[in-house]
Amino acid sequence: MVTTDEVWSALAEIEDPEIPVISIVDLGVVRDVRVHGERVRVEFTPTFLGCPALEVMRDRMTTEIEALGAEAEVEVVLDDSWSTDRITAAGREKLRAAGFAPPAPREAQAPKLLQLRSAVFRCPYCGSTETTLENIFGPTPCRSIRYCTSCRQPFEQFKTI
Amino acid sequence: MNELLLAIADDELVLGWRDSEWTGIAPVLEEDVAFSSIAQNEIGHARAIYQLLADDGDADALAFDRAPEEYRCSPLVELRFVPDWARTIARRVLYEAADELRLERLKASSDEAVAGLAAKVDREEAYHRMHAEMWLDRLRDEPRFAEALDELWPYALGLVEAGLREALADRFGLAVGDAIERSSHADEWPALWEEMTMVRRSVPGAAW
Repeated sequence: MVTTDEVWSALAEIEDPEIPVISIVDLGVVRDVRVHGERVRVEFTPTFLGCPALEVMRDRMTTEIEALGAEAEVEVVLDDSWSTDRITAAGREKLRAAGFAPPAPREAQAPKLLQLRSAVFRCPYCGSTETTLENIFGPTPCRSIRYCTSCRQPFEQFKTI
Repeated sequence: MNELLLAIADDELVLGWRDSEWTGIAPVLEEDVAFSSIAQNEIGHARAIYQLLADDGDADALAFDRAPEEYRCSPLVELRFVPDWARTIARRVLYEAADELRLERLKASSDEAVAGLAAKVDREEAYHRMHAEMWLDRLRDEPRFAEALDELWPYALGLVEAGLREALADRFGLAVGDAIERSSHADEWPALWEEMTMVRRSVPGAAW
């Protein structure tokens, strides 16, 4: 019979379909894994509700669990339990190393435009906080575009959710 | 409650559709990206709410298999504005303000599934509100934008239930006045419905 640890290890091999430097476990979207005999139940929280990677992640999880010889049941949890705060320390470092600035910590209130315009976001290339907001939106819903005036490099900043 | 949720899901689906009409033709590249992302988010919210309502059933059926008169969306989201940027932005500004008020109410719901989903949606909408705020700052003194706000105000009132209209009016310093309610549909609605539902009507149960 498959163990919970084996399932977590298998899920940790699945990369995020849009940012393959990070696994879905590092991304913090796997909320819970439970093994009931031959059945494995996974609770999965979407990052953004409109994220097209959602279906891909769910299918990959099912495939990995079935490869362990178990029956998979992946439940998508539609609540506020995922936050960018759930990205692991290792995950944040992998993002930064790949040129994606990791998200700022979540606060009780959702961020305001003034905060996004303030110079507290650090350039993932040179470490400077002399960065400006170029666009609240980016190539995917989870990212904004900023520009570093120190090293003159545009970069993608993870939104805080 | 289900009727309210269906109305909100229909608003988000149809507005997402309308906002996506700017993809590729927005006045600047930044807005091409922004409108595409915003549209994707709104349709994602609609999908999540339809899933909640379908209760393990078929959310796509709820989204696409109804007759045009069965949709509960506000006429505001049905209006077609391309290529008019002033009205497009006026709608975004009004819609996000109204949406924030109704989400605040849903977040306080005693139904945990509804409150949880509303909290998640609200975290995403915060970025749409910032986008609207940015454009309101830029355009507030432009006559065409001011005209668009006035023209769309009765529609905006119809987005929220009567109890929230005073709060919405306070945000813009306007009087409540007559509302264009969601029991009616805009003239552009049948054409949009035709387009939105075309695939499902051609191939029942289509999926890919």
